[in-house]
This record gives sequence, C-alpha cells and structure tokens, in this order.
Amino acid sequence: MISCLEIEKPILELEDKVGELISSSLDRDADLTSGILLLREKLDLLKEHFFLNLSPIEKVQMARHPQRPYPADYISLLFSDFLELHGDRRYADDRAVFGGFALFDQQPVMLIATRKGRDLASNMACNFGCAHPEGYRKAWRLMRLADKVGAPIITLVDTPGAYPGIGAEERHIGEAIACNLRDMFRLSVPVISVITGEGGSGGALGISVANRLLIMANAYYSVITPEGCAAILWRNNEAVPKAAEALKLTSDDLKNLKVADEIVREPADGAHRDYQKAAELLGEALLRHLQDLRKMSAEQLRQDRYEKFRNLGLFLE
Amino acid sequence: MSSPNNTTANNQQVKSDIPAGLWLNCKSCSELLYQSSLEENLQVCPSCGFHFSLTAAQRIKMLVDPDSFQEIDPSLHSCDPLNFSGDGSYAEKLLSSKQKTNLQEAVVCGSATLNRIPYALAAMDFRFMGASMGSAVGEKITRMLEMAVQRSLPALIVTASGGARMQEGILSLMQMAKTSAAVMRHDEAGLPLIIILTNPTTGGVTASFASLGDIILAEPKALIGFAGPRVIKQTTQADLPEGFQSAEFLLEHGFIDRIVERKKLRRELGLLLHYLGGGRAI
Repeated sequence: MISCLEIEKPILELEDKVGELISSSLDRDADLTSGILLLREKLDLLKEHFFLNLSPIEKVQMARHPQRPYPADYISLLFSDFLELHGDRRYADDRAVFGGFALFDQQPVMLIATRKGRDLASNMACNFGCAHPEGYRKAWRLMRLADKVGAPIITLVDTPGAYPGIGAEERHIGEAIACNLRDMFRLSVPVISVITGEGGSGGALGISVANRLLIMANAYYSVITPEGCAAILWRNNEAVPKAAEALKLTSDDLKNLKVADEIVREPADGAHRDYQKAAELLGEALLRHLQDLRKMSAEQLRQDRYEKFRNLGLFLE
Repeated sequence: MSSPNNTTANNQQVKSDIPAGLWLNCKSCSELLYQSSLEENLQVCPSCGFHFSLTAAQRIKMLVDPDSFQEIDPSLHSCDPLNFSGDGSYAEKLLSSKQKTNLQEAVVCGSATLNRIPYALAAMDFRFMGASMGSAVGEKITRMLEMAVQRSLPALIVTASGGARMQEGILSLMQMAKTSAAVMRHDEAGLPLIIILTNPTTGGVTASFASLGDIILAEPKALIGFAGPRVIKQTTQADLPEGFQSAEFLLEHGFIDRIVERKKLRRELGLLLHYLGGGRAI
C-alpha cells in the first residue's frame, strides 16, 4: 500500500474495491462489468469532488504529500542531458538547492531547483529542502552564468523555507536572499519559476523573481507556514486550518492576487498519482511561456520582470 | 565629543513614547533612570548604553538639518486586501496602531539635508505593528528610492522591523522583491544607499533592502537576523552562541561596516554623505 493522507482514504478504499471486483470477476469468470462500471463512475465523481472541495489546509497537505513528484522528478521527465554544477565558490555545496544546464525543447536552459530528498538519509543530506545561504549564492552564480551565455532560466521550487539555523545566520542567509531578490532583476534572459509543492516564504522567493510565475494546482505559496502563523497570531496549534484559510495561500488565491500568472493543472488524481501526466501538463505550460518570452529583447525582459513586481500590493492613498 | 557638524544632535532632546513619569527602569540593566536624563541622552541608557527604540519622527529629527525634512506620501496607508482576521481583525489592529502613533503607516519617507547635503530617507517606526512590511510599507520605500533616482540623491533607510506583515499574506512577501528591485534601479543609477540597522531588524526586511546597503551601519547590540532566535532554538535544539544575531555578531562575521553609538550617528552620517558624494561641496 502506498503511503497516503487521511483525507485520501475514501478514494484509495474505493479504488481497492474496484480492483477486487475486477480480479474476482476474472477468477470466477463472472460478468461483473456493470458493477465495475458503476463503481468506476462513482470513483471519478469522488475524485472530482475531492479536489474541488479541499480546504486550504488540505491543499497544504497535498503540497507536502510524501509521494508528490519533486523538482528532480520533473527534471528527469521533462529535460534531457542535465549536467549538474556544484557549489557556491564561497563556502560549500548546498544539497538543498541544485542546478545546472539541460536541454528543453532541444535548447539549452539553466535549471535551478530545490531538493527535499525521498527517504530519511536523503532528507538529512538535503536538509529537508531548507537551503542555507550557500544554496542562494550557488543559484545566483548559475543564474549569472546563464545570463552571460543567453540561456533561459527555469526554477522549480518545493521548499518549506530557508533554514533557520545558527550557521545560516552566521553566514547571513538574509543577505544571500536579499542579493538574489535585487540581482535577479538585472537578468537579461527569460526567467520562469514554478512552485511545484511548497512555496515557503523568502526561501522560495529567493529563486523565484521571474517573468512568469507558475503554480501547480495543489501547491501553495505563503509568507509564513500556517503552523508558524497560528503559533504567532493564535498561540495555539488548533488554529492551523484557520491560519491556512486566512493566509490565502492556495493556487487559486495566488492567481487572484496576480502573484501567479498561471495555475498548472494536475492529473485528476493529483500529481502524486501520475508523475508522467503531471510532467506533461507542466511541460506544455513551460514551453508556451518560454516561447512567448523568447520573443522579447533583453531590455523588454528586464522591464517586464520589474513591472510584474512593481505592481504587486494593494494599498490606499 | 563635539564637532561643528553635530551640535544640533547634541543639543536636541528627544521626547519618548514611554508613559509620562519622572523616572523609569532601564529595560536592559534595570537601573533607575530619570526620564529627563534619558531624553538628554538621545534615549540611550547613561548607565549601560542600552539604546531604546526611537520613533520615526525622533529618528528623522536626529539625522537632518532643522526644518529640512519634506515628507512624501504621508497619507499612503494599508487596506486589508485579504480581509484577514486572526486573533482580532487586521483592520482593527491598523486602526489602533494609527491612534497610538499618529502615523498612517510604519515608515516615514521623504527628503532632507544634512550639513546641507540633500538626501532621500526612510525611517521605520517599530510601534506601528512592529514595523512589519505590508503593501503600504513596501510601496513607500519603493517610491522613496524612485524619488531618489529621479532627483539623483543618495538614500538612507533606518530599519526596525519584525519582518513581513502576515496579515497581508503573499502580498507582503512580494514587497521584499519590489523594494529590492527599487534598490537595484537606485544602484544602477550610480547612487549610494546607506542602511542603519536598529533593534530589532528581522525576517523579510533583513532578507531584502536592510541587507542591500552600500554602507551598512548598526546601533550597538541591535538584534539583526533572518529567523527569530526562538524559532532557531526550536528547530535546531541547540544553545545559541553568546551575542548571537547582535550587531556585534554581524560585524564579527563581516556583514556590516560599522557599529555606531547613537550620539555619533549624525556626525558619521554627515561624513558618509560627504564621502559618497565624492566630496563635492553643496
């Protein structure tokens, strides 16, 4: 049995039933077709209903699903000849952020992505996807290189946030993120960022100053985790669902607030049930935006990126 | 120590937001202090040197030629874009902050001169929702830098902030990128940016403009960091080193230029504006 969330159980139970019915119909050579068809219809309805009715906190759970495809999965399904380039040339090679050249649509691009790791050993090695300053400094080194050689930059983001640790502060993670926020506006190549799972605050933004921001349907992007927000504003853990709701962090919210340019659809069962289909949907969106951006001059790209962020925010005067 | 350039600073008395009374205890050393002696000393404890928070108005008065400050966007203020309600509504919190501070938002921006050298400046006011950055604070900082570009002025930002303002969600996060973009344009116009970090400067403000000065000064013992010490302790389950995330810690690790006592700030800012202007007489 694959690991699943509590909220997914009804779907998986019904799927098991359909499976049992099919195998017993084969065993007994009985014709259970109509029953199977009925159950399948019910299953499709249940899935549709399920994804339409996820609450914000349930969407956060889907974004953190242990089986969700990670940036590395999308990279292996959508890009070829990935050549990873290591290190920030300052201090270390942060495993939580990786990058390098690859081919997309037969043309070179620079990929920058976060990495959580799939099992405990790799989780530990990648610090559960929480980058240190070196991750942001490596990302900038690679982005600057891409800028020099005219390669578009694609960043794939799935991080709970930048790492709150002693070493991270000693080497000034605030400065590392700030420099990326400033300097990504200087880039003369197309930049596309995708929030594939968790868009954890400054840790996500630090590699997401893009011309186009895409967000997967079941991903979230937030200034603070619902847990962090609940702890500060409500001072208790039970308020986490309320905080998730109040923060307006779902893909629909992000699109409404004009932060995300497009919501990338996921397979009917969620990206974690069909990596191939999820990657196809993402690949189609990436290609379309990249083709648009390739038509812009260097100056237009810089201006476009500046204006996108310059116009964000709502206030009165 | 006195110089011809800082007589105003030495003479001025800074009124505090501390409730009226004859005396109070220092927040750091608990020494019993006369209110008036604290005011004479620019809100710095004469006993231990603890720097009490200044309001934006006090800060600006301390760093400009008399009557030279011209405020921009004084009425720009926050709305409640997410209709946010936590332990109380955001709208109510905004209202009570406005009443408490007589400000419309957590930052005051404008232009001024110091020793007759013109510059653009912003001062954050921690009393207003912990000077957290939402859309309005981000917009005001951005416009101040844009004004500086338009008028070819060096810029100064005096920071104090708890970080991004949660109540505006993702829009607050986006202000980090927006203000950093404005810093980039100011930089590309060949203009210098000075940052003065004051206690406390954390979170999204540290991870944006506060860390992007050509010159970064800090007041002694100011807490400066990205993640809060409590969160770091919880996450790492480790004891934090002595003086962790203090101005002195940042100086030691090479991330700020100078720690400057408040009574010397005016003189040093004056010198810096002179040096950064290429020594041109105004």
